[in-house]
Amino acid sequence: MRLHLAIAAGTALGGLSRYLVGIAVVGGLGLAHPVATLAVNLLGCLLIGAFATLTGPQGRLKVSPTVYQTVVTGFLGGFTTFSMLSVETLDWAHANGLTSAAVVLGLHLIAALAATWLGHGLATRYNASRPRNPG
Amino acid sequence: MITAETLMGVLLGSAAGGVARFQVGAWVTQLAGTAFPWGTLVVNVSGTLAAGVLIALWPSDHPTSPGLFALLMLGFLGSYTTVSSFALQTLNLAREGKPVRAAGNLLASGTACLGAAWLGYQLTMLVAPLP
Repeated sequence: MRLHLAIAAGTALGGLSRYLVGIAVVGGLGLAHPVATLAVNLLGCLLIGAFATLTGPQGRLKVSPTVYQTVVTGFLGGFTTFSMLSVETLDWAHANGLTSAAVVLGLHLIAALAATWLGHGLATRYNASRPRNPG
Repeated sequence: MITAETLMGVLLGSAAGGVARFQVGAWVTQLAGTAFPWGTLVVNVSGTLAAGVLIALWPSDHPTSPGLFALLMLGFLGSYTTVSSFALQTLNLAREGKPVRAAGNLLASGTACLGAAWLGYQLTMLVAPLP
């Protein structure tokens, strides 16, 4: 029950942040909705790659399982979205054809994997740079 | 435009979406095991199917009930589905020396989610076309 409440709070914050980034990108900068979706998905993937590695077996950050789930399943799960991505890709397919939509979706997902890998790599370097006087 | 109604919709819908994703993911993992990230795949495919249905029911530019749209679409389905967990699990498969499963998850997620959104949209247009 406590874990569920923590995940609910984390996801509420993640979903709200995604909504506000959307308003800033679309309303503030005047860019299209898919740009906002790309921004939240890439940033969320960078952060999940970094956080999972920072809190992993060789990580320098020790967190409880509840904190891990609140951040990873809650905040970052809610911040990133596959449903908006699919609906926007469907719109793109209606306007520009299925082949071009498939390419756009494929590039989006590969960029998401690259962002996760980048976050993982940065965190790995940080984990390896041990403080000078351990113990 | 930001209103108290849409903000509440996004907050409440997201909270419920995250818990639903966690629960569905846990059930699927219990059934299918941990060798492949079936939980996230099932969550994303079911969420995009529902999103396809909603998009067919709602005129896209000026939603008639912005609070309900924020609750269901921007909040619940937006948060129920996830790209970050998909990407982390795919990367982990690749790092564990399972490139075929990693590529399979990438291909399956992309095609199944786009197909599900299309299916949800088409079926809803057949049954309940927009006025």
